[in-house]
Amino acid sequence: MRHKLFGVVEGQYRRQSELNFDIGDTVVVTTRIIEGEKERLQDYEGTVIARKGAGLDAMFTVRRLVGNEGVERVFPLHSPKVVSIRTVRSGKIRRAKLYFLRDRVGKARKLRERRVSAEARAAAAGARLERDRRVAEAQEAVAAAN
Amino acid sequence: MVPAILGKKVGMTQVFGPAGERMPVTIVEAGPCVVLQVKAADAADGYHAVQLGFEDVKPHRSTLPAIGHSRKAQTSPKRFIREIRLSDATDRKVGDVVTVDIFKDAGVKYVDVVGISKGKGFQGAMKRYGFGGQPGSHGTERKHRSPGSIGAHAQNRGTSGAIKKGKRMSGHMGSDRQTIRNQAIVGMDAENNVLWIRGAIPGPPGGYVVIRKSKTRSE
Repeated sequence: MRHKLFGVVEGQYRRQSELNFDIGDTVVVTTRIIEGEKERLQDYEGTVIARKGAGLDAMFTVRRLVGNEGVERVFPLHSPKVVSIRTVRSGKIRRAKLYFLRDRVGKARKLRERRVSAEARAAAAGARLERDRRVAEAQEAVAAAN
Repeated sequence: MVPAILGKKVGMTQVFGPAGERMPVTIVEAGPCVVLQVKAADAADGYHAVQLGFEDVKPHRSTLPAIGHSRKAQTSPKRFIREIRLSDATDRKVGDVVTVDIFKDAGVKYVDVVGISKGKGFQGAMKRYGFGGQPGSHGTERKHRSPGSIGAHAQNRGTSGAIKKGKRMSGHMGSDRQTIRNQAIVGMDAENNVLWIRGAIPGPPGGYVVIRKSKTRSE
């Protein structure tokens, strides 16, 4: 079993918000870019095609088209350089990794949209946070019992 | 007292630095340690030191002398006990508790970590000392990893024909006391008695270590 202190340390670095996006969502990722002395923010919009890794190592892949060339960027989910992850649209999908999109051309690239109302989105996020909190509590309780 | 504490290696992970860069860290469960004994130069001991004890051990798994020793500090017997040598007298008393805050209070940024390295068993000269071994071909047969010649005769410039003592050969590797110096403290949490240190430290997860203020680097 992973030692509980991993959670204590990693918890201090974990992203607190905007974890509520899904595979297939179109997101705008704002990153902090350092150019020489100056620092600026850059937006990158595309479809989330994969999420992998656990804990602080979690990464997500965002695919978009630049010109007519597919571009994929992989972001560390918890990096402080990733300032925000905003969900623009949600896609209707049936699998966890959307690598098949790489082979698709033209209109086939589009994912069917999953209409989600703002309330439903907030509710889902709330439910997920609640679930995470309960899991964390349970883990703490187990750790305390040991 | 020199900022020092005893702890147990938990394992490694990676965390984010201030600029978003990732860095490898080792998590250490450090303290709380109890001062079991204070030694002073003007007393019978002849030098200044404090003895720290870390992690309780059940009395029935301990020995009566150890139980008696820890009782003087009104505490239970400890599993890991080490002495921290000091240059001056300290105001710490027997029974005092040392936590990771000792590093914060003293503004320590770099530490030396002493531990017992992972045992590697009986290893050849290539792994143990980084020897080059012998060629893979050109007539070399069945001795590609051998250390080669260990000397003709009388290498000690003595009268005997024996090989000089300490000649580096294959043998037991690891399970040695190792000190890694000048590792930066990345973070600490006194509430959970945890310290995380940049880079690796000696030993396996669960191994006991001594962490003390770096002897050579303060800034």
